[in-house]
Amino acid sequence: MSERMLRDKILPVLSAMSMLLAIGMIIFYLPDMKGAMGETLDMSFRIFYFHMPIAITSYLAFTVVFVSSILFLRTGKYSYDILSRSAAEVGVIFAFLVLVTGSIWAKATWGWYWVWEPRLTTSLALFLVYVAYIVLRQAVDGADKRARLASVFGILGFISVPLSFLSIRLWRSAHPLMFGDTSGSSGGGLEGTSLQLTLLVNVIAFVLLFITLVVYKMQNEMMEERADEIRASLD
Amino acid sequence: MIRILHIAAKDLKEEFRTKQMLNSMVLFSLLVIVVFSITFAPILGSSQDVAMVAPGVLWIAFIFAGSIGLSRSFVAELENGCLEGLKLCPIGRSSIYTGKMMANMVLMLLVEIITVPLFAIMFNFSITGLFWLGIIIFLGTVGFVCVGTLLSALTVNTRTREILLPVLLLPLVLPALIPAVMATGSILMGASYGDISQELRLLLVYDVVFFLVAQLVFEYVIQD
Repeated sequence: MSERMLRDKILPVLSAMSMLLAIGMIIFYLPDMKGAMGETLDMSFRIFYFHMPIAITSYLAFTVVFVSSILFLRTGKYSYDILSRSAAEVGVIFAFLVLVTGSIWAKATWGWYWVWEPRLTTSLALFLVYVAYIVLRQAVDGADKRARLASVFGILGFISVPLSFLSIRLWRSAHPLMFGDTSGSSGGGLEGTSLQLTLLVNVIAFVLLFITLVVYKMQNEMMEERADEIRASLD
Repeated sequence: MIRILHIAAKDLKEEFRTKQMLNSMVLFSLLVIVVFSITFAPILGSSQDVAMVAPGVLWIAFIFAGSIGLSRSFVAELENGCLEGLKLCPIGRSSIYTGKMMANMVLMLLVEIITVPLFAIMFNFSITGLFWLGIIIFLGTVGFVCVGTLLSALTVNTRTREILLPVLLLPLVLPALIPAVMATGSILMGASYGDISQELRLLLVYDVVFFLVAQLVFEYVIQD
């Protein structure tokens, strides 16, 4: 019973609270950002605190898909398939939000919504691969075959992503590198505890949100399967 | 190894008996070139502009022709239970994949050999660095066919197989397509090996990684 409590009550409350805290920190707690020249940066920079945690969460989601796809192929346990399909669906939404928040930010700072640039193109490729994953799931009849083929594609897709990042890196990047390059021209390194703290809280909030969504999605899927079983037994 | 060649030979023999697939692939890739040549007619006079669009056009032609070829690759095996027969053969499942891949590879290379000269004529373009161009096209095609053969076996089980294949294939070959297009562009502009070594290395990595992964997972794709 306690597991159910955790799932139904504590998780959503916790993720809602951390989300509120995260948004509050972005709006009220963050000091003004200073650019490389000491000038005050635009408010638009604050979207970064959504953008990056969402991006991290979408990578996390697809890593979950990858690992659970491998586990499904190795063990044949159906619960891994439910996990990978739930994580993929939530992950696609996050990947889409990465593109949206990124585009809004790009419009404000670079002046365009879209540039053909490594990080952006990789994010787009990531999004497309997992949209294809969902399309594939819908096109296969038979639960067992669907799980098997989708797992294969989940593995292939995950491998292609770092490769596409490498291949696109052959272009010159305009995307700011947030860490490891403190002298960067556009944004530079993140320094100062308040900034790092805000970022950390946001990452935690989005990962919690992701976990909550996946748990709910999995529950949904299991209930759906149960309903199908009952329906089949009635026929 | 010899068994792999047997499977490839079987596929090719079947294909050359009718040449159905090869003809439509070649025709399709020529049509793509022609359509692009018509739409880009205003810039065909300036070789600078042609060099900008040429690699993209060439690879689009290859990839479109390749996708229609690949989408039929496993369909023929489904009829009369051929795939069952192949699975009963005393060979590893991955050998079936490799044999199929080699047959597809031969078909695609034939299409490319015919397309490239016609491309040069239609786009009024003199091709330089033929050796390195050949290497790039070869490596790019290997990557494309590696993933394509696997996905062809995968989509053959789905309801909308011919439509689904390009949808699944294109995002996955993106990492091979980008260096291939970039390297083709540089070579056509007269670059030497030094300028494209990075792209070639990436293509090689892509080919090796996907070939090995496909060997590992192919078994799951055709098991019933």
